[in-house]
Amino acid sequence: MDALDVARWQFGVTTVYHFLFVPLTIGLSVLVAILQTMWHRTGNERYLKLTKFYGKLFLINFAMGVVTGIVQEFQFGMNWSDYSRFVGDIFGAPLAIEALVAFFLESTFIGLWIFGWDRLPKRAHLASIWAAAIGTNLSAYFILAANSFMQNPVGFRINPDSGRAELTDFPAVLTNKVALITFPHTLAGSFLVAGSLIVAVGLWHVIRNRDSADTGAYRFATKFGSWVVLVASAAVLFTGDIQGKIMTDVQPMKMAAAEGLYTTESPASFSVLTVGSLDGSREVFALKIPYLLSYLGTGDPHGTVRGIDDLQAQYATQYGAGSYTPIIPVTYWSFRFMITFGLAAGAIALLVLWSQRKGRTPRSKWLLRAGLAMPVLPLLANSFGWIFTEMGRQPWIVFGEMLTRNGVSRSVSLAEVLTSFTAFTLIYATLAVIEVKLLLRYAKAGVPDVNDQPPADDTDDAERPLAFAY
Amino acid sequence: MELTTIWFLLVAVLFTGYFILEGFDFGVGMLLPVLGRDDRERRVLINTIGPVWDGNEVWLITAGGAMFASFPEWYATLFSGFYLPLVLILLSLIVRGVAFEYRHKRPEVSWKRRWDAAIVVGSLLPSILWGVAFANILRGVPLNAEHEYVGGLFNLLNPYALLGGATTLALFLTHGAVFIALKTTGDIRERAGALAVRVGVGAAVLAVGFLTWTLTIRSSAAAVVLAVGAALALLGGLAAARVRREGWAFTGTAVAIGLAVATLFAALFPNVLPSTLDAAGTLTATNAAATPYSLKIMTWVAVIFTPVVLGYQAWTYWVFRKRIGVGNIPQH
Ligand code: HDD
Ligand code: HEM
Ligand code: HEM
Repeated sequence: MDALDVARWQFGVTTVYHFLFVPLTIGLSVLVAILQTMWHRTGNERYLKLTKFYGKLFLINFAMGVVTGIVQEFQFGMNWSDYSRFVGDIFGAPLAIEALVAFFLESTFIGLWIFGWDRLPKRAHLASIWAAAIGTNLSAYFILAANSFMQNPVGFRINPDSGRAELTDFPAVLTNKVALITFPHTLAGSFLVAGSLIVAVGLWHVIRNRDSADTGAYRFATKFGSWVVLVASAAVLFTGDIQGKIMTDVQPMKMAAAEGLYTTESPASFSVLTVGSLDGSREVFALKIPYLLSYLGTGDPHGTVRGIDDLQAQYATQYGAGSYTPIIPVTYWSFRFMITFGLAAGAIALLVLWSQRKGRTPRSKWLLRAGLAMPVLPLLANSFGWIFTEMGRQPWIVFGEMLTRNGVSRSVSLAEVLTSFTAFTLIYATLAVIEVKLLLRYAKAGVPDVNDQPPADDTDDAERPLAFAY
Repeated sequence: MELTTIWFLLVAVLFTGYFILEGFDFGVGMLLPVLGRDDRERRVLINTIGPVWDGNEVWLITAGGAMFASFPEWYATLFSGFYLPLVLILLSLIVRGVAFEYRHKRPEVSWKRRWDAAIVVGSLLPSILWGVAFANILRGVPLNAEHEYVGGLFNLLNPYALLGGATTLALFLTHGAVFIALKTTGDIRERAGALAVRVGVGAAVLAVGFLTWTLTIRSSAAAVVLAVGAALALLGGLAAARVRREGWAFTGTAVAIGLAVATLFAALFPNVLPSTLDAAGTLTATNAAATPYSLKIMTWVAVIFTPVVLGYQAWTYWVFRKRIGVGNIPQH
């Protein structure tokens, strides 16, 4: 074990952790804004209750997204300083723009929304949650554009004197074809999580809390969430399919690694699962769907998908001796877990809708269990999707341009990285337990009572309680 | 003006804004057990910064991002060189941010106690460490010819830097107390006002000492003017605090912190991270900079969006301009 390994583990752990909170923030901010808009449009108190209820869950989660994000922003310089020097000219810009354009917007307007229930005119208050939601979704675009540069570097040249990458075409960086497709795919994955959370909590109250006066609200939430999940599932499939083709084009090794395909094949089949040796080079049993991999990679069921051996030989001549193959079992299984776990949530959403058809009330314990599992599934899918994307790029940190091992900070010792890695992991684990417990507590507490009366006149302002206080 | 100079100024402005804004919310955090005698009083204190602390913190994120984009070498060398202090700052910001949000989410006293501790420690450590870090940037650190930091942790803990840490700590405490006096009513307001004057005197002594020492290490005409301005603003702020002119007192401490940070940047320019070892290792606004094309794009973005951001942040402060007191804290 050396400083490089620990730095990689630290980046992986902290980023996967950050991305446990991000999807909910992205999805739920928009869904809560929609609920609040419905309240404004209809005046129906049910939507106000749901806005406040899911808004509270949103905020518990949001806090964690914020604090784990700051670590990400600093970590490039701290642990990957040579990488930062190499790509700073290109990579820093989207990060700075993200902060200036997106983070300011969302953090300021979230504050206005949380504390502004009685301080702002109704419409301005509604506009605040929309501004925050837009900020959140914008932030995803810029960071994904930065990440896409690492997958498919564009719009730059290498300065022969300094050996650094220099920006030559910024619009090209922002319209990187990988970024254009990664963005909708990630948003769809995020809405899958947010919709699932709405369903899970709603369903729990519908089944376990049957005589509540708010059953109508919960039933609505359950259906609303289920539709979000179904649409998001379709979107994730549609965009994922395109992504597969772009990936095969710009990083063929990643597609080969996703299948553990050693020899070039046309047509290539997709294995649903394989039992074999650990590195996938020898299979004992495999369940295969013919033509699927060719279709996923090229759009043509008879298309050629290049194998690992071929690509490895090509890269070795192109870039010099060495291994250019990612860890196959990781890419193989993370790709399958992403698809399976994510789409399972979609299937459950269908069941939930079916169970409520024509005004029926679902009672089944099994349905409840499945419903409660729902938010976890797409969260896992998202993590595995990212693990696939990032591990499938290895050994490159910037594909074709810089190896991960050359990007690490030279001045940071093993002891230092071990210290930070241990500290972050411990504190993250503790906070995870706390946040899950809080979410459960507030989810069980159910929708709040609301009184939609305009605040009394300002005479005894000193004694009037704030609409919201920490 | 050259683009690199503009970006040096912009990074300086972002850090200055960060210290002015987060300075008072660090101060409020540290004063939680001092000025908040019971749970309701503590909630008053926390709610004075409730709607704004996250927006304040984004100044840091933007400063970091801007540094990365405009001076990648500076960002890379500084952040990897000051590794352990930064880890401590990050851990502090993590527990502190979560604490504001979670503290009131359960009724148990032990639960609140723990989050209070997180707020205090999470505000205290960065208040000291930022001073230590910026003093070291000014003083210079051992960098080799490849701009890599070769100093180790204890090199950062020299007397000058420690004085820097004590100075930011005292300044933020004063700034926080003044802010509380400005934003609250009743008893807390009185106590905060009195405390501000007492802590403020100590802060003034430390700040004058630190700035004088700074000017003996590195100086320029602008730096001298700014340092004198900082000292005058602080004294003016304290005088206003004494007679309970809270708006002026806050203006005074805010300007003082702003000018003190500006002093450091003015003294530093055109260097961004001097080397005490190998002169070739020194990072300057020129040799650490991104390419002109990259800077030009970033300049456009900054010119368009900075006014918008300033506009809506100012508006937030306006929306939440009312003082609050224990009477405003809801029962639940
Ligand atoms: C709920 C989440 C979810 C679900 C159900 C899916 N994905 Fe996905 N996928 C992600 C969430 C995700 C992700 C976490 O958001 C990733 C990581 C990076 C990215 O762009 O999105 C990802 C990456 C990712 C990549 C890698 C892109 C690259 O490295 O360049 C491909 C090829 C696909 N996905 C394809 C699919 C296909 C064909 C799916 C279904 C049939 C699918 N994904 C379902
Ligand atoms: C979109 C912004 C992202 C950027 C800029 C980014 C960048 C990086 C960098 C610099 C590394 C370290 C070097 C390396 O090992 O290649 C890395 C590794 C990694 N990232 Fe990402 N990442 C991003 C998103 C994510 C997300 C959202 C996840 C997970 C949810 C993730 C998971 C990982 C993992 C697991 C590794 C370790 C891979 C390895 O070292 O083998 N990344 N990424
Ligand atoms: C590894 C690269 C990443 C970096 C440097 C990064 C940076 C940050 C920072 C600094 C924050 C805190 C913002 C605040 O204080 O308000 C944050 C939060 C957030 N990030 Fe990340 N992030 C990374 C990965 C991602 C990815 C891949 C996405 C989405 C696709 C994302 C989307 C978000 C969202 C939606 C938040 C929500 C909370 C908030 O913004 O305040 N981040 N991130």
